[in-house]
Amino acid sequence: MTDLTPPTRRGPLAKREARLAWGLLAPTLLSVSLVVIVPLLAIFWISFKPVELADLRPTAPIVRESLRGEGDDMRVEYRLRNSSRTDPIAGVTLSDTLPEGLVPTGEVEGACSLDGQRLTCDFGDIEGGFNERIRVPVTLEGDAEAVEAAAEASEPVVTGKGRNVLTDATFTLDNFRMVFDGGEFWSVLGITLFYAVFGTIGALVVGLFAAMLLDKSFRGQGILRGLYLFPYVAPVIAVAFTWVTLFDPFSGSANALLVQMGVSSQAINFFGERPLALIMVTLFEIWRYFPLSFLFILARMQSIDTDMYEAADMDGASPFQKFWYLSLPQLLGILSVLFLLRFIWTFNKFDDIFLLTGGNAGTRTLTVNVYEQAFALSNIGAGAAVAVVVFLCLLIFSILFFKTMSREEGL
Amino acid sequence: MTAIRQGHVTGALLGVLWMAVVAVTVAVAMSFATGAGFRPGLIGILVAGLVSGLAPLYLPNRWAVSGLTFVVVAALSFAGAGPVQIGSGVSALSVLISLLVTALSAGIGMGAILKGVTPGPLTRHVFEAAVIRFLTGFGYIFFTAIVIIPFYVMVMTSLKSQQALLQNPLDFSLDLGRGVDLFRSYIELFRDFNFGTYLWTSFYVSVLTVIITLAFSIPGAYAVARLRFRGAKAFSRGILLIYMVPMIVLALPIYIGFSMAGLRNTIFGIVIIYPVTTIPVGLYMLQGYFRGLPAEVEEAGLMDGLSRLAVIWKITLPLALPALASVSLYVFMIAWNEFLLAFMLLDDPSKFTLTRGVTMLNSSEIPRQHLMAGAVIATLPIMVIFLGLERFMTKGLTAGSVKG
Repeated sequence: MTDLTPPTRRGPLAKREARLAWGLLAPTLLSVSLVVIVPLLAIFWISFKPVELADLRPTAPIVRESLRGEGDDMRVEYRLRNSSRTDPIAGVTLSDTLPEGLVPTGEVEGACSLDGQRLTCDFGDIEGGFNERIRVPVTLEGDAEAVEAAAEASEPVVTGKGRNVLTDATFTLDNFRMVFDGGEFWSVLGITLFYAVFGTIGALVVGLFAAMLLDKSFRGQGILRGLYLFPYVAPVIAVAFTWVTLFDPFSGSANALLVQMGVSSQAINFFGERPLALIMVTLFEIWRYFPLSFLFILARMQSIDTDMYEAADMDGASPFQKFWYLSLPQLLGILSVLFLLRFIWTFNKFDDIFLLTGGNAGTRTLTVNVYEQAFALSNIGAGAAVAVVVFLCLLIFSILFFKTMSREEGL
Repeated sequence: MTAIRQGHVTGALLGVLWMAVVAVTVAVAMSFATGAGFRPGLIGILVAGLVSGLAPLYLPNRWAVSGLTFVVVAALSFAGAGPVQIGSGVSALSVLISLLVTALSAGIGMGAILKGVTPGPLTRHVFEAAVIRFLTGFGYIFFTAIVIIPFYVMVMTSLKSQQALLQNPLDFSLDLGRGVDLFRSYIELFRDFNFGTYLWTSFYVSVLTVIITLAFSIPGAYAVARLRFRGAKAFSRGILLIYMVPMIVLALPIYIGFSMAGLRNTIFGIVIIYPVTTIPVGLYMLQGYFRGLPAEVEEAGLMDGLSRLAVIWKITLPLALPALASVSLYVFMIAWNEFLLAFMLLDDPSKFTLTRGVTMLNSSEIPRQHLMAGAVIATLPIMVIFLGLERFMTKGLTAGSVKG
């Protein structure tokens, strides 16, 4: 009697299919891991290192060769210096071969020795700020110009291992200490949360309103829908600078309008005052991203079955009741997915605030702080530490998101 | 609630609110159009609003309501208490236009809003329908205003001169007598600021990004959507997760890596990095579409002796053309609008993309209208593409715009 149970192992066909799948995915996997996974690991690494912006250029010995003097006083001069004023370099050597036509006439002093045309020097370890000249007296034979050209063409070889903060084994917790110290972190986090929560909710509510307006067919519906998408489609730099221009305290039209309408007696510095600046960047966020939520909500609305509304009409439900008891529960799924997604994205938003206020006047969010620490304060390590915090927050949110998502398989 | 659900109360309330909306709209629109002093007046709004809100309960049609409203608005304005207060030095034509528009919008609007509303108690349906019609009208005006005003300001500022801007920031009327000089900012940007090159750089960088993204994401998306292998689900989630990693977190190590590899300040570096940010998007969008295609057609192809790759090339791709168009447009838009990486990685003005070039204009030494002209140059191409291919673009946005 043969066994009639189906095979439990994967057959050759399934294996071939899986191989093909991985083959097709390989380029994507490779490139994405190179640009996402490697930098992510790097940012964790850097966050524990005392790296400044200047350290990105590693410490190295630098040499300049020149031919100086005339006639009898002819000499080849090497100027060797340490690129860093503070860090030592280990095992520095210099070697060069003088071209034919430059004949060494005397001895060279110090760490160097001459063997025929070949110059070798061994400086051992040099200190930070090291700067020395080596002179090799020579006489010139043959065509002067050709020899000079040859002398310049031969590059001296220098070796030496400088300390590279990025790759060595010094670690520090200073970056994180700096990030969390002084209460600044909590105010930054508070600002980020305010911006993310209100920006997201605002964009959702405004988007819901816009979707309800367009959830009926009339002439010009397509045009209006296209128009309402403008803020999202236009480049962020264009709209951000337009807002800055519009709300400029000196030459902005918004201020002129408010003064003229008697709402305010003097110009308001919309992007320069606490807490107004934070409210303004949140409003900008709402303005720029309501199109997105409206597009999603509209798509969901148009897929709701109309039978339900007809039944409600028969039962005498009023318009508000229909919205509250029928539409809203149907939209709850997409709204919660949108909320989480938009929340994550607003939390991660950098460009908008950076362009509007540069993080001034109480609008410095976590992401702006990454830039501020790394580039404005030249402390790459501290910037990386903030980036790590941002990433950990993101991780928590995405776990939440995937939990909601598997419940709402709509998106 | 029942107190409000009286014909008179509802009419009066909605009338005043609607009149306020109309008055503010007209005042703002006229100010922006002429630069002269228009402002909403409280007394005028109250009185004219009451009249236009109560009139539809008694008058037969909206034209009668409009007529009555016009008389009241005109009388109030003559007495100096109109719903739209008009400053001195405004031309008679502007005055007439603002009066007419106010009265007509209020009259016709209220006529439509209060359709079916009668004096005395109202049923819940009639009342709510009236409120909804009011909200709808308000919504159209509100959304159109908030979208149009910034773009209007952007275009008009770019056409003004520095003096005119400082003199009256509200005056956007164009001095057509200047002729070609109107476009002076644009001419200077193209002549002195290299904007022609930036436009070209942005264009080919975006196109290359689209091509590379498609080349990587089509096979990947096909594998995730059609082929069975262990880890397919985890993979498609991982893609979405990667999609959510903030760029600023990655930008820092990328900046360091590019500095060390000498890729900073090169277009090549930008062309490497842009597609990687868009491949996850493309993959995520395309796999959704591929899943929706009938598998039977492909199986028929396989039976007829095509290899998998030939099936993708000859069957799946032609069927997926609309999706490819959507993805391409969306990716083009992302690449065109990208700012952060260009800002961090490009320092050399001869290699700027358009967005980076516009950032350069944001300095106190360069006049505002140049900045706005730069913004217009950056916005116009993407808007033209968007309006021309709106159908594809909207689809792309809904499918892929989990991303901000």
